[in-house]
Amino acid sequence: MATERTLQILQISGHVGTVPGGGMQRELEVCKLVDVTTCIGCKACEVACVEWNKYPFRETTFDNTYQTMPSTEWNYWNLIKFNEHQREDGTLMWLMRKDQCMHCADPGCLRACPADGAIVQYTNGIVDFNQENCIGCQYCVSGCPFNIPKFNSSTKTVFKCTLCSDRVGAGLEPACIKACPTGCLHFGTKSEMKDLAEARATQLREQSGFADAGVYDPSSIGGTHVIYVLHDAKHPELYGGLPADPQIPFSYTYWKWLAKPAGLVIALLGLLALFFHYIFTGPRRPQPEPNEEEI
Amino acid sequence: MTTSAEPYTEVVQRDFGGLGRTVVHEGELLRHPTYTRFLHWTVAIFFFAALLSGLAIYSPWTFRWLAPLFGGGPMARLLHPWFGVAFAIAWFLQFLNWRGLMAWTEADTRWLREIKRYIKNDDKVEPEYVGFYNGGQKLQFWEIAFGGLVLLITGLLMWFPETTGRIAVAISYVLHDIAALIMLGGIFIHIYLSTFGQPGTFQAMTRGIVSRAWAWTHHPAWYREITGRDARADYEEARRRLANRKRAIEAFEEGEVVPNPDRLPTDFPRR
Repeated sequence: MATERTLQILQISGHVGTVPGGGMQRELEVCKLVDVTTCIGCKACEVACVEWNKYPFRETTFDNTYQTMPSTEWNYWNLIKFNEHQREDGTLMWLMRKDQCMHCADPGCLRACPADGAIVQYTNGIVDFNQENCIGCQYCVSGCPFNIPKFNSSTKTVFKCTLCSDRVGAGLEPACIKACPTGCLHFGTKSEMKDLAEARATQLREQSGFADAGVYDPSSIGGTHVIYVLHDAKHPELYGGLPADPQIPFSYTYWKWLAKPAGLVIALLGLLALFFHYIFTGPRRPQPEPNEEEI
Repeated sequence: MTTSAEPYTEVVQRDFGGLGRTVVHEGELLRHPTYTRFLHWTVAIFFFAALLSGLAIYSPWTFRWLAPLFGGGPMARLLHPWFGVAFAIAWFLQFLNWRGLMAWTEADTRWLREIKRYIKNDDKVEPEYVGFYNGGQKLQFWEIAFGGLVLLITGLLMWFPETTGRIAVAISYVLHDIAALIMLGGIFIHIYLSTFGQPGTFQAMTRGIVSRAWAWTHHPAWYREITGRDARADYEEARRRLANRKRAIEAFEEGEVVPNPDRLPTDFPRR
């Protein structure tokens, strides 16, 4: 991960007190744009990711698809998902989508995390894990709508795509972007990428006959810092199970931020009530008491 | 002690396979044998280990200072489920040990209907139908039984999120918290009543005995059951003896009587 000097922190998981540097500098939100319509499934981005992050080339799993393995792993953060989809008119479409952390504006992982500083969100939109602060509870796994955080059972910590925060903090684009040979991957500010994506979606609708083409930037989690151009934005599930309406479970929203502290306050009030019970009614001793009034 | 009017008696109970020893003196009754005490404190130790390590994770904003007690956040997280498993095992044995005594009866329903008098401390001694455990104690037992079951099941689901899935974890997270909060409230009441709230109770779980007066005050039906005597009558008798004793001391201080010095209790004022 990049240092706090190069990236300003917006929010920190499980943190007491103020956030250092929040809103102190002008910063643009970054965004990765994946145009799935021009992806050829070459997996150069997968290799670049493993190369840059210095992970070993791990074993792959063959399950009768072109996919390297069924899902991303703790040391394999970037995976092209393949789907052979038969359309209503009988024609076949080979859908490929680059799967990785979406860097949500409202990150479910960060909301679920109880460990101080294990997950941080930078003002540029990158959501990053600090494994040295991770306690290994895996609540982030449950909080994520995209099944991204992966547990390493030997270190007992969780890993995922950093959006190359170390490279971005130094003014470089992420490794996967640099490796892409077709130009289906773009990197820039959120607004630029959004404009580019909308322009491409319009082109697909008007010139290529994909009437449902559109941009995937789900508002249910405040938008994401990885956005997709899809041929069929009405059915994102076709693209390797991209959720149409990603949600953070209420356990990590209402329960964690409202009911949980309220429960604690009630428990403490109960303790106070017992104290005043003693003050009001006194102890109940075995009877008769030695200094009892005579009969 | 040589001048004591009554011979000094004691009963030593050997239990728990000869490992345990409970000494019952004159005027005392055996309440909890060694096995029950051993289980109670084993359950208590793991309950608090799980509670404190759990609170550090439950609310890091207020209880992060508890994590270092267990060797830091990752260690607290690692140990918490094992504390829970140990609690569940010890509690299961205690459940088997106590389930007969804890069966809900008509008397408990009556007790619960009159709980307001109990809370306000209106009665000097409990109603004659209160047995070995009162309705409140039985409620506490069943609350831990069901709460513990919820904690165990949801805890196991959260322990292995890869196999159980994110929604199972998200639901368990809430149920685990609710069960723990209810049990936290229960343990506050339990500790309060067994120490400050009702003096003389704590030794039931340490030495294993209670005084006869404690028994007829808090559990009259149990007192009748093991002594074969009427709790209310013995209480009234104790009051009379106390009053007579006071009168005797007053008479002595006014010089009306000269008792035999050999038969004076040691705490009797001397001339």
